Amino acid sequence: MGYASIDKLTTRAEKNPLEVAAAKENGQKVFGFYCLYSPVEIALAAGGITVGLCGTRNDPIPAAEKTLPRNLCPLIKSSFGFAVEDSCPYFKAADLIVADSTCDGKKKMFEQMAEMKPLHLMYLPHNQELDVTGPFWEGEVIRFKERVEQECGIEITDGMLSDAIKLTNREAAALKGLMDLNQQNPAPISGMKMMEIIFKSGFFASKKESVECLEAIVEEVGNAPGEDLKQGPRVIISGVPMGLGSHKVCQLIEEAGGVVVAFENCTGYKKTMQVATDKAPIAALAEKYLATPCSIMSPNPGRIELLETMINDFSADAVVDLTWQACHTYNVEAENIRRYVQGDKDMPYLHIETDYSDADTEQLRVRIEAFLEMIG
Amino acid sequence: MNTISETIDHSNPDAASGDVAHIFAGLDIGSTATKAAIIDGSSKKVVAVAERATGWAPKEAAEGALDDALAQLGISGALISRTVATGYGRKMAAADKQVTEISCHALGAKHLVSDAMTVLDIGGQDSKMIALNNDGSIRDFLMNDKCAAGTGRFISNMATALGICLDEFGVFAARGTPVPISSMCAVFAESEVIGLTASGASREDLAAGIILSIAKRLTSLAGRISFTPTIAFTGGTARNAELAQCFSEALGVELTAPPLAPFAGAIGAALIASR
Ligand code: SF4
Ligand code: SF4
Repeated sequence: MGYASIDKLTTRAEKNPLEVAAAKENGQKVFGFYCLYSPVEIALAAGGITVGLCGTRNDPIPAAEKTLPRNLCPLIKSSFGFAVEDSCPYFKAADLIVADSTCDGKKKMFEQMAEMKPLHLMYLPHNQELDVTGPFWEGEVIRFKERVEQECGIEITDGMLSDAIKLTNREAAALKGLMDLNQQNPAPISGMKMMEIIFKSGFFASKKESVECLEAIVEEVGNAPGEDLKQGPRVIISGVPMGLGSHKVCQLIEEAGGVVVAFENCTGYKKTMQVATDKAPIAALAEKYLATPCSIMSPNPGRIELLETMINDFSADAVVDLTWQACHTYNVEAENIRRYVQGDKDMPYLHIETDYSDADTEQLRVRIEAFLEMIG
Repeated sequence: MNTISETIDHSNPDAASGDVAHIFAGLDIGSTATKAAIIDGSSKKVVAVAERATGWAPKEAAEGALDDALAQLGISGALISRTVATGYGRKMAAADKQVTEISCHALGAKHLVSDAMTVLDIGGQDSKMIALNNDGSIRDFLMNDKCAAGTGRFISNMATALGICLDEFGVFAARGTPVPISSMCAVFAESEVIGLTASGASREDLAAGIILSIAKRLTSLAGRISFTPTIAFTGGTARNAELAQCFSEALGVELTAPPLAPFAGAIGAALIASR
């Protein structure tokens, strides 16, 4: 079924490169982000434009492999490849790259990227529980704020931060509303479409505008009469980030008759967390971001808690756990997820390790089809 | 071939008596061989099987194998109610439905070995391990589809490297004491085997070593899928009794290779067609 609000967002998104360029002409600063741990609110508070630069396409990878090892996560190589080729309009537009010391491959890649563009690296602690990590991370958030202030030549006040938080909380709520639409059975939006909407909402020059587009989708699709449709097994994709270009596994699941009802990853449901509004903005931001349940944290209990909620809320039939090749943290953590899904939840689980290329598409197809046949 | 035909029930299939609604066909189009199986819908018995080399023409191989099976029964293809295709070439064959080899092998193996809890299939270009529930449904499965080590192709490459034919491989291996082969990669293992030959290792010992290395590879791949008995051994490799015995010893578990083991996938497909 087609929805006018979805078409509006996707057509509207086509203008984004031009609008970002125009806003930049007008003196707005562009901040490029690579990871969900970076507090975009700080850049927004300073009047900046924020864009996600995380590479999701295969074609820039060969360019990256000139200086990066081949056996590195495709996300890192793709991100770096876009930068080397200078083929991403948003990377080109970026005045400052905001990076986090997440996994080893990424943080070492950023050392090379820093030779091309001004880059601010936030030192992210890999633990969320110790007494020292919270204050340390808050210090990093402050250091980032100072860097943005310097970049934009303004002082960022608590009031400006609170306004930015209001906007991102509204965005998180809109994204949650959007993704929660698929708690319905049948799910009104395919996984592929959902991924496209979320992906494309990430490159607007005005966040307010993308949020309004998302809210309109929630409104329209939420009020549409449910279709009487028999759908296949309801699958949650868990694991590494995905986007247009790295959507292979989602597409294969849906081509084989499954429905991807939700994404437990940082390009999906992890974007729905709210920043607390009853504390000092910097402290609230530090707390929210450090709590992101990504496999680079040790331990990472939040991921299983999130999966638990999602499996229940989305009435999932199965979990497909996706790992990009050479991503050690997600690859190792897959065993915990398997034990939890197969053991505790007694639910079918499939772990897939792959990259952005099409080399293994047909083998994956067999495995995914067999997995769905097994669910019945 | 004798043992196989002995297990086929030629007693009055419905087709022979002209009951057209009850004959079902399964096609398993593998990378090396294409298998056809015909079952009688009411008794669920296998009434004919046939095999052709896949070569470069999977579609023709499937048609040929099915024609051969039909010829054994002396009936026409028009009498088949439904056909299901499986295997890597499943989308190329004329069939009513395509089902993956995992589901088909599981069903076929359970049909041939009624108390099977695990299915091990060493095919031409991949190998699979399937854990079954008591009712024969699939609990979990694993496919080794990225790497040639641990597949039938590895054995045939090694047979060539040793200058023996594939059918003799098991006989050689059974006589040897395994030489350790450390390389897990098919390409490197081949150079390693050539090196070992040059340093005087016997072909028997090398063949045994190769089986052991595949078994190790399979065990490490199996990981969470335990080899719970009874283990049905299916696929082309299972046809060779010596080879099956060698694998059994190398894996340290008993493998049950039914005479129709190479046809498990096709039989499973035919069973699905009959549902
Ligand atoms: S997977 Fe983790 S480290 Fe990678 S971008 Fe997402 S939140 Fe950041
Ligand atoms: S997917 Fe894994 S290896 Fe790749 S950037 Fe994210 S955490 Fe690092």
